[in-house]
Amino acid sequence: MGQTIAQKIIAKHAGVERVTPGEIYLVDVDFAFGNDITAALSIKQFNEIGARKVFDPEKVGLIPDHYTPNKDIKTAIITQSMRNFAREHGITHHYEVGEVGIEHALLPEKGVVLPGDLVIGADSHTCTYGALGAFSTGIGSTDLTFAWITGKVWLKVPETLKFVINGKLPRWSGGKDIILYIIGKIGVNGANYRVMEFSGDTIRNLNMDNRFTICNMAIEAGAKTGIIEPDEKTIEYVEQRKERSTYTVYKSDKDAEYEKIYEINAEDIVPQVAFPHLPENTKPIYEVEKMDIRIDQAVIGSCTNGRISDLEIAAKILKGHKVANKLRLIILPATPAIYREALERGYIEIFLDAGAVIAPPTCGPCLGGHMGVLAPGEKAISTTNRNFRGRMGHVESEVYLSNPAVAAASAIAGKIVSPEYILGGN
Amino acid sequence: MKLKGRVWKFGDNVDTDVIIPARYLNTTDEKELAKHCMEDLDPEFASKVKPGDIIVAGESFGIGSSREHAPIAIKASGVSLVIAKSFARIFYRNSINIGLPILENEEVYDLVETGDEIEVDLDKGEIHVKGKTLEARPFPEFIKEIIRYGGLLNYAKEKYL
Repeated sequence: MGQTIAQKIIAKHAGVERVTPGEIYLVDVDFAFGNDITAALSIKQFNEIGARKVFDPEKVGLIPDHYTPNKDIKTAIITQSMRNFAREHGITHHYEVGEVGIEHALLPEKGVVLPGDLVIGADSHTCTYGALGAFSTGIGSTDLTFAWITGKVWLKVPETLKFVINGKLPRWSGGKDIILYIIGKIGVNGANYRVMEFSGDTIRNLNMDNRFTICNMAIEAGAKTGIIEPDEKTIEYVEQRKERSTYTVYKSDKDAEYEKIYEINAEDIVPQVAFPHLPENTKPIYEVEKMDIRIDQAVIGSCTNGRISDLEIAAKILKGHKVANKLRLIILPATPAIYREALERGYIEIFLDAGAVIAPPTCGPCLGGHMGVLAPGEKAISTTNRNFRGRMGHVESEVYLSNPAVAAASAIAGKIVSPEYILGGN
Repeated sequence: MKLKGRVWKFGDNVDTDVIIPARYLNTTDEKELAKHCMEDLDPEFASKVKPGDIIVAGESFGIGSSREHAPIAIKASGVSLVIAKSFARIFYRNSINIGLPILENEEVYDLVETGDEIEVDLDKGEIHVKGKTLEARPFPEFIKEIIRYGGLLNYAKEKYL
């Protein structure tokens, strides 16, 4: 029996020939990082138990992206502790405000995570790097502390669900719609503890940004990670930015064992909207448009949809339009490099002309942290990844999840609409 | 170890954003976190929960974020155990790692209401409720070892420091 890509990466890092679902291994990690919420706790634990040095200062990441630039004094103290820890231990991957971006956009962009790596991050969306053919998964602060000391993490070998997506996506649909559609079908618990492997010609035809979006939200189906076999697009992306000279491309064997295989026709995946308060509450946009859902805020950004091709789509729709009266459109380029590229391509001017505000690269409003928190009764359309109760602010606010095209069109209309509502059928 | 406690019953998909909302994540102080535990689901939970109380919940308890602040807030609030039909995977490992006892069982949920008392034998994975004895899903050997050490940091201290 063959092995899946996920099994091969785990086996390699466990130092064994092959692994079987259900087995637990202490595996070597290639990179272990945390952010200003989670690393704060790890640093405290690390010091409290009397650890003296990290296993490898080049394999530890400190990425203050959630509440930065510091939103309050408590956050300032936390980011200070990260800065101090970085100095004390010679951590090379500590990113200060000005160079910091949202971790899951930043690490691939900087070539820190490469195909075949086994990466853990104290952030649930660490599953994003599966788009590079890495095995990456979100863990907690104690796991991170443990990895900083030992270079290892305990992992149960997961079963894999395979999603084969073929065919041409409808206009204005992208990676976000594919993953929302799948979560709508299998539910927020549908892939719990499992790997979601995405394949098929629709996936092959997607650019890397859209592939990151898909793997990013694997956690929203409960998955340990999402993963896509590297192809020529992956290699091109990696070669332009890799920080280390070598990496390993793994592919699933033809006779690899899957718990279940889902065949999906891409033509069925029109733009999706996930209703409050779970990402599985999806509806096709054309149904949603008829419901006349008025919105107070639109957010375009996050580790899910804050990359350059997301901003490109938003710019295409916002160009020459104004946001609706009394609506706040907040756009957050996910990294400084994305911000700069958006500026050079003229997108930032389009956004400002449309009446949007551009926020610095931060997770900010996605988790109701800062930069766009909602009041009671307010509704937001957002390209982020979660719409739990109170996620973006007050417990009586509501978040609707969509792709950047729908969010941009809705910002103009003041209600949730399809891009065609603004641009017509072309 | 044997536990006896009053039940707090919650439904399916209790997410980490309601267990401890992000507006309180600018601290790692467990007492501070406990003050806001479950606030967006039941604003009275933190003030009414008593040491030893037991949370019983439905599917996917702890879905969402990797924030360990969620099991920490629950543990620091005095809750002695969480029993759920299933746990989201990061919450599951975080609980094991920090030493918050958790058990997976599908039947308890329909048998109890908030305020009921149940008894649990953690070592045997037995739950005694309304005259019935139910068995929790057993833990794999490695996880049992972490539990025996009282969490992953103690394990690390013992074996690596």
